[in-house]
Amino acid sequence: MKEKRLILKILYHTLVLALGFLMIYPVLWMISGSFKDNAEILRGTLSLIPAKAKLSNYATGWKGFGGTTFATFFKNSFFVTSVATFGTVLSSSLVAYSLSRFRFRGRNFWFMCMLATMMLPGQVIMIPQYLIYYRLGLVPGYTPLILPNFCGQAFFIYQMMQFMQGIPKELDEAAKIDGCSKYAIYWRIILPLLKPAIVTTVIIQFYWKWDDYMGPLLYLSRPKSYTASIAIKLFADSASVTDFGAMFAMSTFSLIPVFLIFLFFNKYLVEGIGTSGLKG
Amino acid sequence: MEKTKRAGSFSGFMNRDVVVGHIFAAPFIFGFICFSLIPICLSLYYSFTDYSLGSKIATFVGAKNFLALARDEVFLKSIRKTLQYVAISVPLKLSFALLVAFVLTRRSRMVTLYRSLYYVPSLVGGSVAVALVWKQLFARKGLFNTILTDMGFDRINWFGSEALAIYPLILMAVWQFGSSMIIFAAGLKEIPQTYYEAAQIDGASGPQRFFRITLPCLSPIILYNLVMQTISAFMTFTQAFVITGGGPNNATMLYALNVYNQAFKYNNMGYACAMSWVMLIVMSLITLVIFRTSRFWVFSEADG
Repeated sequence: MKEKRLILKILYHTLVLALGFLMIYPVLWMISGSFKDNAEILRGTLSLIPAKAKLSNYATGWKGFGGTTFATFFKNSFFVTSVATFGTVLSSSLVAYSLSRFRFRGRNFWFMCMLATMMLPGQVIMIPQYLIYYRLGLVPGYTPLILPNFCGQAFFIYQMMQFMQGIPKELDEAAKIDGCSKYAIYWRIILPLLKPAIVTTVIIQFYWKWDDYMGPLLYLSRPKSYTASIAIKLFADSASVTDFGAMFAMSTFSLIPVFLIFLFFNKYLVEGIGTSGLKG
Repeated sequence: MEKTKRAGSFSGFMNRDVVVGHIFAAPFIFGFICFSLIPICLSLYYSFTDYSLGSKIATFVGAKNFLALARDEVFLKSIRKTLQYVAISVPLKLSFALLVAFVLTRRSRMVTLYRSLYYVPSLVGGSVAVALVWKQLFARKGLFNTILTDMGFDRINWFGSEALAIYPLILMAVWQFGSSMIIFAAGLKEIPQTYYEAAQIDGASGPQRFFRITLPCLSPIILYNLVMQTISAFMTFTQAFVITGGGPNNATMLYALNVYNQAFKYNNMGYACAMSWVMLIVMSLITLVIFRTSRFWVFSEADG
């Protein structure tokens, strides 16, 4: 009986691991591709180990195109992503505080509006948004990529509201007795306790923004202002024969920040997204 | 609450719930009006006009755009293809997500590692980098064809075939089941263990326990995932843009890509707005249908 159990256990772990390996195989293949030469990639080998590992792909890729190196593209990506993520955390937590802690006239209306925007497909408003920014003379530029993130994002507001429900109201009351205003309560009580929800927001928003392709595609037009995602696509298109090794090298490089954040905070993410409140 | 402060004083006013609430909600209210409400209204207006970037005025043309849509071959095809994409990818994705979440609920130190492993595709799948890899995997001499030829089959020209070209995109969507899986896993954790114990005493088999306890208890979360994944599947853009560009012969012209092309490639802003309104209506209808039918399959604790 005990042996049978052990065999089942081994079988389970082997199966789960094998399937997991299959899942990340394309990513591993890309990473190994960044060390292969072009001919080897085009042959379509299954092997993850390069026949002759070389680092030169990274050097070639880094040069970028049209005189702009990937240093610029990554710097741009970092700028847009970090400012937008900061804005999302700040604004979403403010709005979540309002909607979860105060019962005021209009609260339900705005709450419904928020839920509606969560289900509103972005593409529907993409064109008029573009036209508005265009009229305001903000195209091309970073403003359209960043400004909306300072206005709260429904998905994160909702997540934070769920989390705030778990912060005891008694803490607010106690702070009030000690002389805290409702503004100070946000800053001194809610925000510090919101940390797990903030971390989740930072992770998810960071890689949403970092991977975002459509936004930069619409709003950026000078190569010097391109973000990494646009640059990689253009890099693939720019030469008549794509240098796949170099392209994979830059692709791999572009995923490093995402992986780093994931590695550091993955416990928050894998356990942090609660579903409390989704029920019934 | 405000009795300590004189009514009418400035700080008293600033501490009223309705004022504080609106001040904190201000970013959203501003954003909602500027980035959602006004654009939606503008989009509706433009959909009845002939408008392009650079033209000074939008000429009102009535329902011309909508009538033209009904006769637009590419548009009709893009609707069919998008529906096919959504109808195949979303159920498969959610089934995988649920299955894997269920398998990974066992108490084991390894579970967090496994979940992370399965989550990786969701983490990177939206990026251009991975889309380019995907394109290469399904290329004529790509990895998938290598496997096929090794197994003795013929090469398949994935992106050259109208019938097949959509499947690499569908597979890519299904591949990214990790984020739904994590939400399911969180939901599974909240099902009281006593339910299962009671069922076991009553002699319920494994599958019975899954279909009679797990699924009903999880149904609100299934609904949430279904709605969110359906919406995001309808909006798929990057993958189609990068991997196939809509080809061959528009066989992978997903809706969002088609809207983008009309607006920014051909500069038919009015026409594209009409398309996005049709999309909004179709999606609202589908969401509505999902919510309506959910009454029959979603169990909330309140119903008992």
